Formats: sequence, structure tokens, C-alpha cells
Amino acid sequence: MNELQFLTWVRGPGLDIAVGIFLLGVLWRLFEIYSLGRKKDLSAPRHTSGASGLHTVFRRSLPPPGMLKRSPVSYIGGYIFHIGLAIVVFGFAPHILLVTNLTGLSWPGLPSQFVDLAAVVTMAAMVVVLVDRINKPAKRFLSTFEDWFTWAVTFLPVLTGWMAVQHLLLPYTTMLALHILSVELLLVVLPFTKLFHAFTLFGSRWYNGRVNGHKGVPV
Amino acid sequence: MSATLEKGIRVLKEVIDAPIASYFNSCVHCGLCAEACLFYTETGDPKYTPIHKLEPLRRVYEQEYTLLGRLKKMVGLSRAVTDDELDQWQELVYNSCTLCGRCSAVCPVGNDIVYMVRKFREGMSASGHAPEGIKGAVNRTVTVGSPMNVKLPAVQAQMKHVEDDYGIPIPLDAEGAEYMVMLSSMEIMNFPEYLGAVAKIMQQAGKTWTLCSTAFEATNAGIQIGNSDLAKVIVSRIVEGAEKLKVKTVISPECGHAYTALRWEGANLIGRPFTFEVKHIIEVLGEFQAQGLLKTEGFSTDRLTFHDPCQLVRRGGVIEQPRTLMNMVAKNFVEMPDAGYMNWCCSGGGGASAIEEGEELRLQAFKKKKSQFDAVNPDRVVTACANCRIVLEESLEHYQMDIPVVGLTEMIAEHIPDKSPQAAAKPEGA
Repeated sequence: MNELQFLTWVRGPGLDIAVGIFLLGVLWRLFEIYSLGRKKDLSAPRHTSGASGLHTVFRRSLPPPGMLKRSPVSYIGGYIFHIGLAIVVFGFAPHILLVTNLTGLSWPGLPSQFVDLAAVVTMAAMVVVLVDRINKPAKRFLSTFEDWFTWAVTFLPVLTGWMAVQHLLLPYTTMLALHILSVELLLVVLPFTKLFHAFTLFGSRWYNGRVNGHKGVPV
Repeated sequence: MSATLEKGIRVLKEVIDAPIASYFNSCVHCGLCAEACLFYTETGDPKYTPIHKLEPLRRVYEQEYTLLGRLKKMVGLSRAVTDDELDQWQELVYNSCTLCGRCSAVCPVGNDIVYMVRKFREGMSASGHAPEGIKGAVNRTVTVGSPMNVKLPAVQAQMKHVEDDYGIPIPLDAEGAEYMVMLSSMEIMNFPEYLGAVAKIMQQAGKTWTLCSTAFEATNAGIQIGNSDLAKVIVSRIVEGAEKLKVKTVISPECGHAYTALRWEGANLIGRPFTFEVKHIIEVLGEFQAQGLLKTEGFSTDRLTFHDPCQLVRRGGVIEQPRTLMNMVAKNFVEMPDAGYMNWCCSGGGGASAIEEGEELRLQAFKKKKSQFDAVNPDRVVTACANCRIVLEESLEHYQMDIPVVGLTEMIAEHIPDKSPQAAAKPEGA
């Protein structure tokens, strides 16, 4: 397989397989989790404004009182790399073009120099949170193979995408093919690892907000 | 697999619901829950990271309720939960967790970690891995009626004392009273002034109230150990008593877990909504104050601070009332850092204070509370939970800090003027 055949495969059958596993995986996992249901709370509710599932879905995006100071790297690093990923994934014109070709949806892209910068900042932030995971006793203690693996699987698409655009190390075609392959790997593992928090986070915050909202506590 | 372990695993499978599944799938191992837990912040030992305390429960979830987990189990790639492991986890699930709920308040993905610890304890208890100290408290509550072996004659003796001291009759089994007042054994034995304070407050408000001879103990160690069957037995007594006496409201005493047990878990334990309301005494005082039925005179001038019981604020939603009440009677009321919603636990809640072998760790964790006290340097600490109070008193003594701890209800009552003859002749609502 030469580099062109490689690119053709990752753009064609490779992408189909990855997207298929991703979509079916997400649907199955969501069903597997939320079909477990929960018991109705029979205690008399207390109503307080700001105490509900939906409130918590939004409120939990900000650090609770005192927490930013206790773990600044987690919060600042976390914000930067999540926002950076969103900019790179949804703001880069060629990515939008791909989505337009697949679904017909379209939105304006961001200047490529800005996306470049975002990619570099995102990678830097990801390295910082990785170092923090190694340095902080609680983080290191909790870490398993999955934590290092999912970090790498998230990092690689950014790195290879950026290198392809910058024409670094390998010919553009090869690097682009590697980039697409790394995204496919990400799609395949996402539903079955902690990366699935991208979906369950909303349900988790909602349950927490709702269970405590029943008691009149805005969490 | 031993029969008890089998039972424990079965119970764990039963308690796992969609929220728990969602929580385990959302955890990204960020470790922020550790920063919110006083057992981690004061020891620096990562094994006290809250989400780690749930590891056996997580594995049961994965092995029983996920496709990949079941596949891994089939081909022998997963490790089953063992008795030895649960034995090791006893310290993590009981000694080093007071169910304070700070972890649930900070988790960025929104995991209600304390919700899971409470459920995990059901399995720990069913598999015989609960600490002896709480087991004893539950057994005494179920068989005798009180975790401290207090029986009705002891309550009646206290009633007599209070009647003599305050000159106010204490009603027992008065059918149709508006309020049924519950006590905790701790109050009957160590803080009898609580009953006198309630009598004085009710008299001023002109409300009818009663104690119940078959249900005077409000605490529920069944909740703390995590045994819903026993917790139900204990709650049912109160429900029967309240329905027999046809009261409108049952008042939980100054006790955090009694309030949680009655107010939030009670109806779920008996499987139907209550026919009466449940309020914490501080909520009732807040209502009396708002209705103008609570009139105090004079102010305490020493430096006072208020320790929020976790089950009252974070787990119960009673946050503003204590502040309003404090300001009614205190000229020099100072708040500790993190007071209110994010207050730090006394370090002995959730049954932890009943675990003898956990004392050393508890005293170490108390350093968090100590630092809060050191920040405001109070002359006295006011609280609204008899368990917090005894734990604070013992821990302060251990650290040779001379700060008395008082209950908010009795402090309010101290500022209620003794009844005038006119008021005695015409009590409101009599």
C-alpha cells in the first residue's frame, strides 16, 4: 500500500468503519447506562430557585468556591485544552468542509493562523495537565493505563493535524492519512473509555442537580 | 464465594441505577474530589480520594452492567470483588467518609459521589463488612429503641427535671398536637437543656406539641451503616407514632442524620409519602421568627461562630435560617471561611464518631475544622447537631482549645424572656 492508497483507505472504508463503530457505540452505551432507570423519590420536595438538573448542567462548568485556588492547573489547563479542542475541531475550514460534504451543514470557519495557534496552545495545555497527572499524588494514584492511553488518543489527532498543515516531518499526504487514522482511533475508543464523559457528563450533572434540587440545594 | 459476600454483591447489583452508571462513566480521574475531602487534605494520603472509595462498586457495575465488562468477565479478564477487598475498604467507606457531600459539590463532571457511598454501604453492610461500632448502635436502636440504650423511663425522668426547672409541662402522647418533637439519645443523656429550650419556645409561640412514648428517638444508625431494612424499622416507629397522634409536623432534633433519615429517606424507606411534614427544629424556629412568634431579648456579646452540620446545609438545604437566628441573639457573629454550603465537616458525621478504631484518623481530619476555627478565633461555637457538638467538644479538648460548643436552639431559648403572668393566662391558639 503506497501513501495514496493509504489515504484513500482512511478516507473511505476506514472512516466508514470508525464512524459506524462510534455511532453504534454511543447509542449502545447511552442505552446501557440510562435504561437502568432510577426509583421515584417519595419524600416531599423543597423548592428553591436555582436548584434543578438543568441549573447544575451549566453551573458545574465553573469551579465551586475555593476550588480554583486548590487545583489551578486542573481548571485552567482543563478549560484551555477543552476550548482549544473545540476551536480546532469545529473552527478549522477543512473540517467544516468535511462535515458539509457529509451532512450539508455549514458554518463560517476561523482564520487558519488562529486555528494554528489554538492547536499549539491546546497541545501545550495537554502536556501541562499530563505533567500535573504525574505530579499530583491523587491524580497519579487514580491513573490507570486508560488515562495515559486516552490522553495519547486525544493528543495524536491534534499533533498530526498540526504537523500536516505545517508540512513537518513527513510528506503532506502521509501525514494527512495519519491524522485521519488517529481521528478514527479516537472515534472508535471514545464510547468505551472515560472519553465517553463527553456524553454522560450532561446526564451526571443533571442527576446530581435533580437529586439535590429535590432537597432545595442548588449544587 | 461466601454466602455473605454473595448477598453483598447481590445488594450492590440492586442499588446500581442509572445515576450511578452515568457517574462511573463520567469520571475522568481528575482527582478534584480529593481536594474537597478533609480526610485527603489533612493526611495527603491518596487512598482517601472519594471516588477511589467506590472502586469495588465500580467493578461490580462494570462486570454486571456493561457489555465490555461482561465480555471481560466471561473470558476471565476481570478481577472479582472479594471478602478481603471489602474488608480493606471498610476503612475507606466508613472511617474516612462522614457522608459530608463536599465531593459531590465539586466534581466537575457532576458526579454525586456521596450518593454512591451511601449505596455502597448497603452492600458493605449486607456482606458483613460494616464496623462493629455502628453495628452495635444499629442493634441497640432496633432492639432497645436507642443507640445509647435510652429507654422511656430515662426520657420521663428528663421530662420531670425540665418541668421542675422551667415550670413548663412537657406533653406526652397528646393526640392532635400540631408538632411531635423528636429527640436524640445524645440530647436525652448529655444535652437535656434542648428539651427545656423547645418547651420554652413552643410556649412563647403558643403552639401545641407533644413527645411520643413509642417514638422519641430520632437518630437512625440504619442509614449510617447502610442497611435499609433496619433503617425502615426505625423510621416506621416514628411514622406510626406520628400517625397515631395525628400530628401535622414531626420535628427532627438538632441532629444531622436524624434529619436526613426522616426528611429525605423516610418516605422512600417505607415506600409511600408521609401524611405529615418533617422539619428540622432550626426550620421551625426560622418559621416562628418569620411569623413573629419568636421574640428574643438581649444579645450575647462574645465572639460567636456557627458550625453548619453537613446534613443540614449541603445535604438538607437549611442554610439561611441559622444565620437569621444567630443575628437575633448575637452582636458579634463571625462566619468561618467556607461557612454555609461549603462548610467543612466536624469529622465525625455519617456514623464515623461511633467507630472506635477510626478515632486517630478522625482527630487528624479535624485539623481542617481547627483551621477554620483558628481563622476567626471564636469565644464559643454554635451548632445545630448533637453529634457535631460532641465530636467538636472532644476534638477541641484533644487539641487543648478552650472553646465551648453550644446548641443554637438552647441559645435562642436563653434569650426568650421568662413567661409573664398575662401571657400564661392567654396562650395563643390554646
